[in-house]
Amino acid sequence: MLADMIGKFIQNDYPLKARITAGSSALGYCTAAYSTMAQLGLIGALFEEEVGGFGGSGFDIATVFTELGKGLVLEPLNDTALTTGYILAQTDQLELVEQIVLGEKRVALGLIENGADYDWSAPETLARQTGAAWQLNGVKTCVKFAHGADALIVSAQTQSTPGISLFLIEAAAAGLAEHPFQTVDGGNACEITLHNTPAQLLAVEGAAYPLIDAAAARATLALCAEALGLMERIKDMTIDYMRTRKQFGSELGKFQALQHRVAQMLLEIEQAKSAVINAANDLQAPTDERNRAISAAKYSIGRIGCAVAEEAIQLHGGIGMTWEYDLGHFAKRLVMIDHEWGDQDFHMMRFAQS
Amino acid sequence: MDLNFTEADQAFRQEVIEFLRVELPADISRRVHADLPVSKEDTEFWHAVLHKRGWLTYNWPKSFGGIGWSPVQQFIFEEECAAAGAPRILPFGLKMLAPVLIAFGSKEQQEHWLPRMCDGTDWWCQGYSEPGSGSDLASLKTTAVKQGDHYVINGQKTWTTLGQYANMIFCLVRTDGDCKPQAGISFILVDLATPGIEMRPIRTLDGGQEVNEVFFTDVRVPASNLVGEENKGWTYAKYLLAHERNGIANVGISGQKLARLKRLSLTQKRNGKPLADDPLFAARLARLEIELHNLETTNLRVLDGFSKGAGPGPESSMLKIIGSELEQNFDDLTRRALGRHAQAHTPQVFEPGYNGPQVAPQDMANQSAAYFNKRKVSIYGGSNEIQKNIITKMILGL
Repeated sequence: MLADMIGKFIQNDYPLKARITAGSSALGYCTAAYSTMAQLGLIGALFEEEVGGFGGSGFDIATVFTELGKGLVLEPLNDTALTTGYILAQTDQLELVEQIVLGEKRVALGLIENGADYDWSAPETLARQTGAAWQLNGVKTCVKFAHGADALIVSAQTQSTPGISLFLIEAAAAGLAEHPFQTVDGGNACEITLHNTPAQLLAVEGAAYPLIDAAAARATLALCAEALGLMERIKDMTIDYMRTRKQFGSELGKFQALQHRVAQMLLEIEQAKSAVINAANDLQAPTDERNRAISAAKYSIGRIGCAVAEEAIQLHGGIGMTWEYDLGHFAKRLVMIDHEWGDQDFHMMRFAQS
Repeated sequence: MDLNFTEADQAFRQEVIEFLRVELPADISRRVHADLPVSKEDTEFWHAVLHKRGWLTYNWPKSFGGIGWSPVQQFIFEEECAAAGAPRILPFGLKMLAPVLIAFGSKEQQEHWLPRMCDGTDWWCQGYSEPGSGSDLASLKTTAVKQGDHYVINGQKTWTTLGQYANMIFCLVRTDGDCKPQAGISFILVDLATPGIEMRPIRTLDGGQEVNEVFFTDVRVPASNLVGEENKGWTYAKYLLAHERNGIANVGISGQKLARLKRLSLTQKRNGKPLADDPLFAARLARLEIELHNLETTNLRVLDGFSKGAGPGPESSMLKIIGSELEQNFDDLTRRALGRHAQAHTPQVFEPGYNGPQVAPQDMANQSAAYFNKRKVSIYGGSNEIQKNIITKMILGL
């Protein structure tokens, strides 16, 4: 039902041309589309009833993002709602969660620091406490869709307590400077510098690691589901092209060498789908079990996603290389998903070591 | 064949290195190393520098102004040019049309067109593919009808690389529609200023603009621009494509990408340590380096065979497949090495006055776009699938 509703929204109200234009705008997405999706309940479906949603299970998240992937939806429901909303819900910021669910507020997440590392477990951003007030100093990189967000959650270490802490910062806070840049798949990210920036501590000082880990599991599941939706569409486009494009007097789909390659693509996508189902199923499992399933899914999606993107372009030939044809935009997003929340090697090693 | 470089080869390498050190401007090599488009002016400048030295036509026969370098010397030259970040020699005139004119053109055509390629008077582009004729090139539909001492051309060409800079195009056209497709094709030279020609840009998925569509409506071309005989164009086209594939192993460029990736892996971090120490990454890098070493020798073996035989043959197809996939694999691994920073698309960091963030290391600011752009190399020049058909037929005899 939810899937059908999202499918209809994309078909009727989410033209790809507008998405591509919005992707290279200063904000990097369309706030009107974001609001519409919130009103349709797409964000509510990502949260449990106790915090103002009507879903929140692994399968709810997977369903929403698979459908969004099929439409190459750009709006950052993962970056500024699902992940940060979960952290805020777990830290009793229910008023803000409600606003997030309604699409009235968007909160971005800054965990990654320079060095291009996927590892978020040892931030160098430093939080200092003066009386009850906290101030942050540091640099966060690749903070997706921070530009235009109402607030940020960032990780930091504190002087007094080992471990990671999480802080909420208003976008307009003193000493916060954002340096936005375009991302290659359409959209926006920021480098954020914090200089004596006032911040609010979330959760217990030094004890945020498990909370970030759980939020990361949700974000990663959502990315995997999105990739699955992208791959389903890419597969359909490729099959359509095989059926219609003629060379050497017959459809490309009549050449056995090419038939087998599309068949292989289908096998791989089916395996990816199973990995996403496993991850959705284990989202509420004990931490180790959950993380194994999440890493298995992200590894599978990373490996298969890049292969599917490259193979689909090759099977299309020159037309697949053009901006005007839809495929390239789906392929760019699919490959870039391997660069968020740990790539295939990162997750293969995390699985191996778990 | 002897794979070891002789003393003369080593001296030659030093000569090339010294030439590049003196002549190649740093701002050009910086852009080339960063996989950014090379401007028309920079390409023309570099052609002029090579021409002055006598190296622009290094792969031509001596009697036409070539140098007579051995395959090993050609390889050394290409390798050092890539390592230094020199712009590539534009292949369309100098490496593709020139061999055809030398082999099949009239004396008048050779004397008119070859010097103009060298001195930069003409910028050539290629009119081969059509919207309905990609891999199946022989099915092309653009027609040329003889009317007195002219041909009248109607039709459409596509994927014309850097056509926006060109003043001349060489085309395959249909001059006979009542025979086997290959037997009715001719090879003709067209001035792009002729009335009835329209060039439209095609934007590529990385946002770049290097290919074009070319439309021909009643374009009148002097019959003297026909190369060789009417309806023999397919023979010339195949000859040209074999030359296009010669050098397509891109060993020099992949070598440069290997060196760049090794440098990058020392500064990028994974789990708090240099990326080079990550065993998975190290294994991926080792695999590519091994393949590159293998390809260097495959390349030299094939070139050696060409120099002893009758020129480029179907073995070019092997080099095209292995070389293009290896180049793509280097771009793929470089993208992986950038981690989160691969998402950034900030080619404007090379513009003067840029004051935004520098997310990826500067020479990597265009890397992800380049990765997507380079998906073309296994498609163009006869897709790798077509190359496998050629190998199947011409080498395997199946």
